[in-house]
Amino acid sequence: MYELTGVTRRYTRGKGVVDALAGVDLTIADGDRLVIQGPTGGGKSTLLQMLGGLDRPTAGSVVLDGVDLAKLSEARLTRIRSEKIGFVFQGFNLIPTLTAQENVETALVPLGVKRKERRDRAAEALASVGLGERLGHVPGELSGGQQQRVAIARALVKQPRVLLADEPTGNLDESTRDEIMAVLETQWKEHGLTFVMVTHDSHLARQAPRVVTLRKGSVAT
Amino acid sequence: MFLTYLRRELRRRRKASLVVASGLALGIALVIVVNAVSSGMGRAQAQVLESLYGLGTDMTVTKAPEPPAEGEDGSSRPRFRFDARGGEDGEDGGSGDDAQRSSDRVMVQGFQTLKSATVTQVAKADGVAAAVGGLSLNVVKVDGEFTPGQFQQREGGGGRPGGTAGGEVQGGGADFSIDSFSVYGTDVTRPALGPLTSSEIIDGRGFETSETSAKVAVVDSAYAKEQKLATGDKVTVSGTAFTVVGLATATSGDAAADVYLPLARAQALADAKGKITTVYVQADDAQQLDTVKSAVLEAVPDATVTTSEDLADTVSGSLSTASGLAVTVGRWLSVVVLAAAFLVAGLLTSSAVARRVREFGTLKALGWRSRRVTGQVVGEAVVTGLLGGALGIAIGLAGAWAITAFGPSLTAQLGGSAGSGAGGAGGPGGGMGGMGGGPGGGMRQAASRSLDVALTAPVNLSMIALAVGLAVAGGLVAGAFGGWRASRLRPADALSRVA
Ligand SMILES: Nc1ncnc2c1ncn2[C@@H]1O[C@H](COP(=O)(O)OP(=O)(O)O)[C@@H](O)[C@H]1O
Ligand SMILES: [Mg+2]
Repeated sequence: MYELTGVTRRYTRGKGVVDALAGVDLTIADGDRLVIQGPTGGGKSTLLQMLGGLDRPTAGSVVLDGVDLAKLSEARLTRIRSEKIGFVFQGFNLIPTLTAQENVETALVPLGVKRKERRDRAAEALASVGLGERLGHVPGELSGGQQQRVAIARALVKQPRVLLADEPTGNLDESTRDEIMAVLETQWKEHGLTFVMVTHDSHLARQAPRVVTLRKGSVAT
Repeated sequence: MFLTYLRRELRRRRKASLVVASGLALGIALVIVVNAVSSGMGRAQAQVLESLYGLGTDMTVTKAPEPPAEGEDGSSRPRFRFDARGGEDGEDGGSGDDAQRSSDRVMVQGFQTLKSATVTQVAKADGVAAAVGGLSLNVVKVDGEFTPGQFQQREGGGGRPGGTAGGEVQGGGADFSIDSFSVYGTDVTRPALGPLTSSEIIDGRGFETSETSAKVAVVDSAYAKEQKLATGDKVTVSGTAFTVVGLATATSGDAAADVYLPLARAQALADAKGKITTVYVQADDAQQLDTVKSAVLEAVPDATVTTSEDLADTVSGSLSTASGLAVTVGRWLSVVVLAAAFLVAGLLTSSAVARRVREFGTLKALGWRSRRVTGQVVGEAVVTGLLGGALGIAIGLAGAWAITAFGPSLTAQLGGSAGSGAGGAGGPGGGMGGMGGGPGGGMRQAASRSLDVALTAPVNLSMIALAVGLAVAGGLVAGAFGGWRASRLRPADALSRVA
């Protein structure tokens, strides 16, 4: 359960000041599936960073399950990220030198999961996204769609409460996009996740039960 | 995960890692070689000193030099007179213009002596463990037929210090040979100290403590070979025949003298009863030489005390040149190379982190603590440093080995300043003046010895430890550059557009 009130994120670059977010109020219930859309530069990624505890707002509060992320220490925020939040990025963001399985394992490292269990859980997560045969492949040996599946497995292997995806299909062709969307939808349903996805693909937005449009840092209704 | 990740990253950026490692390797190899050479120099110097003084001698006491007065030269310098009736000291004293002449001149080396009692005085000084006196002599033997003619100086004795030097008189029916050799009168009652300790008896025996005035001699093997002397033969010095009881060979460097005689015998030959040239002193504590030196100087105020450290300072020639070069240039070079290697390592590591902003941001977004990410970067750098260290140690060892194997031999010039004065006086000259040139040259060599020592580059464990330390330090410096940068990355950098 997310409760955002007056979330503002101001970037200062020299003399220029940009409010990427300008007083966003938003509530997201547990298990919700929400799509954030809007024009480029509207503040979508910035909002996702607030939700994921990657960054803190300049003003306002981001309350997740009763805890205001804006007020947490870096250490506690790191802890929350490692336990509760799964991320999927537009550029996949896999470690190029690690195999698919090892990439998925990286999400379990901060939780102190033992090596053997780590390997098993990673293999399991990869199997659930249809990559059971590709455990030992490095990202360079995988297609874009496969890489994003690895990233999804990495996001979900720790069984988070929240899945945040920033344009997860932005780098993929249409048929791969639909495959990935199908994977995400299945995972969401199976795990009862709160799933927030940024996209400017109107086709995807239309399928979503709830859509929030961000324009110039504000929610447009 | 730490090791897997580290290994993969090093393999991925093996070129950059190799550059960093090679830089460090070069610096570390230099440090090893420079240290090894400098310790080899130390060894060579110790060898030179040992061959001069014998084992265990920490300092020597000699008469303080007095500047020779003008005209004094003639009285102390050797002079040979052959009148029509024969040689002054001639053994055969033949007659006639073309008679066979022979003459031995025995001179105290450096013309300065101390009283034998000085040994007792020195021995009483604080911190002195043992003291023993000795008398160094030069004997010049002139042999030949004489008819007035021209003397031709021979370039001689360059190789062997204290060895033969001389010339020949040619023309006019003259045929002279001048042979100069050195004699050391040793205190046979104290065999544990003094120059003879640096020689090994290879044939026959050494002196016995009872042979204080026996007519026995120990001959240096090189001189014995030259003179075709063997154990049991007689060697005649200034009319006295000594039985050769043993042959000695210097264990390192050159021999202290050609012929060793009991001290009292040597004193008698040189007409120097109760006199010695040098007191060899062993200190209780070799680390306290300065204190002992002061104590000895107090006991014997008009003497010159030379510690092995003082002497090391007077070592000149290629040994000290190379030594100075190795220490100064080598040290500087290794500092510069190491500093450059550290800097390059730091910058390359830092720029590698800059290219991995998104990667590290992603790890932080996944919940990796900053410390873990930084540790990964530092770990990579330290392993690179250790690789450099291993490479550096290998190169350094190879270099040190090569120097030891093919290394040049160094020439050490000892006591150059005192000797050149004497040599200069007796140096070049024509006619009969050249006669003095021969023995003069001989004396110079005796007073200022030149020794050949092979340069070695011994590597010891502490150098290896230093190399490993430097490798780790280099890795940590590089890791600090990169780690600092990595620690400042934000998790939001996972969304950075830097590929
Ligand atoms: N790190 C940053 N520093 C400065 N300005 C930023 C930064 N990140 C985003 N912005 C600015 O904030 C605004 C919103 O950016 P973003 O949230 O990435 O938009 P979107 O994801 O909707 O395209 C943009 O004008 C962008 O230039
Ligand atoms: Mg964006």
